[in-house]
Amino acid sequence: MTTKFVIVGAGPAGMRAAEQLVSAGHRPVVIDEAHRFGGQIYRQPPYGVQRERSDLYGFEADRASAALNRFASLLPQIDYRPNTLVWQVAPQTLQLVRDGRDETLPFNALILATGATDRVLPFPGWTLPGVVTLGAAQVALKYQACLVGPRVVFAGTGPLLYLVAWQYASHGGQVMAVLDTAPTGAKLRAVPKMLARPTVAAKGAYFVMRLRLAGVPIYSGVRLLGAEGREHVTALRWQKADGTQRTTNCDAVGVGHGLRSETQLADLAGCRFDYHSVDQAWLPTRDASGRSTVRGVYLAGDGAAILGADAAELSGARAALAALEDFTIATSTALASSLEAESRRHARFRAGLETAFALPANWAADAPDDLIVCRCEEITAGELRECVKTTGAREMNRLKALTRIGMGRCQGRMCAPAASRLLADAAGCDLKDVGRLRSQAPVKPLPIRLMREAATAAPVPFEERDD
Amino acid sequence: MIEKLSADVTIVGGGIVGSSAALFLRRFGLSVVLLERGLCGAAASGVNYGGVRVQGRTLSQLPLALRARSIWSRLSSYIGIDGEYVQSGHLKIARSESDMANLEAYAAQMREHGLSLQLVSGAAFRAAHPMFGARAVGGSFCAEDGHANPRLVSPAFARAAQAAGARVIEQCTVSELGHTGNTFVVGDGRSVEVKSSWLLNCAGAWALDVAQRFGDAAPLTRIHPGMAVTEPVPRFMDVNVGVEGGGIYGRQTARGNCVMGGARGAAKGSLYAVPTAEAMGELCRRMADLFPALADVHVIRFWSGVEGSLPDHQPVIGPSPNVPELIHAFGFCGAGFQTGPAVGEALAELVYHGRCDIELAPFALQRFAEHDSLVTS
Repeated sequence: MTTKFVIVGAGPAGMRAAEQLVSAGHRPVVIDEAHRFGGQIYRQPPYGVQRERSDLYGFEADRASAALNRFASLLPQIDYRPNTLVWQVAPQTLQLVRDGRDETLPFNALILATGATDRVLPFPGWTLPGVVTLGAAQVALKYQACLVGPRVVFAGTGPLLYLVAWQYASHGGQVMAVLDTAPTGAKLRAVPKMLARPTVAAKGAYFVMRLRLAGVPIYSGVRLLGAEGREHVTALRWQKADGTQRTTNCDAVGVGHGLRSETQLADLAGCRFDYHSVDQAWLPTRDASGRSTVRGVYLAGDGAAILGADAAELSGARAALAALEDFTIATSTALASSLEAESRRHARFRAGLETAFALPANWAADAPDDLIVCRCEEITAGELRECVKTTGAREMNRLKALTRIGMGRCQGRMCAPAASRLLADAAGCDLKDVGRLRSQAPVKPLPIRLMREAATAAPVPFEERDD
Repeated sequence: MIEKLSADVTIVGGGIVGSSAALFLRRFGLSVVLLERGLCGAAASGVNYGGVRVQGRTLSQLPLALRARSIWSRLSSYIGIDGEYVQSGHLKIARSESDMANLEAYAAQMREHGLSLQLVSGAAFRAAHPMFGARAVGGSFCAEDGHANPRLVSPAFARAAQAAGARVIEQCTVSELGHTGNTFVVGDGRSVEVKSSWLLNCAGAWALDVAQRFGDAAPLTRIHPGMAVTEPVPRFMDVNVGVEGGGIYGRQTARGNCVMGGARGAAKGSLYAVPTAEAMGELCRRMADLFPALADVHVIRFWSGVEGSLPDHQPVIGPSPNVPELIHAFGFCGAGFQTGPAVGEALAELVYHGRCDIELAPFALQRFAEHDSLVTS
């Protein structure tokens, strides 16, 4: 019997994993939610829309081209399934939905390269139309070739802040301000670790320089006070590091505080999780090769830990080698070692990034009681604090049961980072100790009509006649 | 260091039964220590469907269910919150003439014992309940039934017991269970040891772990009911709905989400359960059958839980045949949420008065005596 290799995600990690498997003579299945391969970072415009890659990807154009072209050349040798959502994982089986049809896909080796979304730390007014994540602002530009507004403020922290601001400034957007919530000195303190990848650090400095030359005001140590507007955002109120308050008029706000890994599939697959202090999150446990704690399940890319596109490619290739080692005759150990060594450099750089773009230290304590934390269920910071006070809740699943936080359409994918910080602050414990929300299928909401096709219409057995 | 405690009563298991027993025991003035492996009200008591119904119960459970109804009607006076309890009524649907005949026969039997049910069928039924698919031919309505949010209600019973003076110890896995003379010694071998005159076994699906230490046995199995919740939709039903023949039941919360149950999940280790893809598909088919208008609505989440079940679909409630002052209450077969508080009250009465007004003989462990001898022989 041939081994069935399945890769979830066609970003940098998934594409490289596929390449490794094809070069070993296998025909992997590559499942991707997106319409076209490339992931978030190498996101391609819709079919039929021609855009220069230098325009889309800037500095990363060569890298993007290489990755996209290599994967395009592999297409005849893989079972590529775009527009496909994996909504459930059971042992050796995935449940998929594509074109409105439910399907079961068995696997032997599963490489999860599920990527990341923005890490959202809410501030007053963040649910107003026109306030979007940095990632969403970038998707609008890369995929739809449009801006989220003519006059945009970019706020929050993380490398994406300066990158997206520069992309907007160089594509006709009027960037009203770049407001970094990390303190001014943080970037300097991070320099030693960031020298692990000097060219990447230099690119960041370049964006800042270009933004300054373009006359974009840039501030550090900022506190976000609120997005203003009735039907749509019209201004952002914020506080400078010296305490003075400012209001910047705008038509849109792009905001983000780094990224968070998409870990639901690893959770449904039964992987153990550990707390990562760099990512400040519970993440699926993996060894240097990308093996999870479940046999046959491998973890790669930002879905396993936020390390960026280049590290994702390395970990995708390494995870594929691990799967080959486990299910076929042994492969190149020299390549595996060099991939692991290279990955360690990225991990050191990543620690530097976390220093340079530190999250607001007092975010939870500063959050006003009427701040909406969960926009699906409209739950406020005050409700969470009240629950902790009256019930003694100390754990995320308990907080979920009692307040509905994380019970809405996104199942906590958006609100969990904020809710867990508020819980830890209110309960007076470490972020680690409040745990993480258990994932439940479906990974994203699905219509009843679609899932019932899997049913058999057998009569209800007597012992199951609950009512 | 092991904390040594003594109390009149030790309760193992902080579900709705154990927690309400603790509350009622405190109302009698007895000292109570409740030991819970995880968090109180977080297993079957907290993740169940949330049905609060008398309709459909056997005659043997009617006294308990009616006693429970009076507790539910004053719920906030016991637990300090309304728990989203609404007396919406419970409508049991018939999908064939023979199902309707069953509902009529049940209503006739219950009427003699004080449970009033209204039967509706034909055009009148369809006019009153247009949301059901064409297969529904009629139904039986119990106006005093309703539904509630188990995630809120069950933990609140434990908090109320604690506020009333019970010592509630969570994250405590009982490993030591002994009986010397007339004293029980129960502890986790790590941080706590409780000596008490009475022991209540309210450990749900794991109750045999306690019972067997004292030579008691029952053919207890574990079931994993499948549940789903949809995105919020405009209000289209206010009643709690079940069907004759079972397999699907549903209610709509004040927020608009529809909570539905049916089909069965699978165990994930010994403490958790997960819905399987087959069960999720089956549940969706049954949902769309019963409520055609929901077919395009999205399911946000499926889940399951671990519940104790017994072959005759009746719980065990009553004293151990082997050890005096040990009382069992487990195996509610997926239908213990409504009766739970009344079971807790009955347990407290058994301890305090030595008897209780409710006839518990149908739930005696001795009914499985044959099984018992099989296990011990």
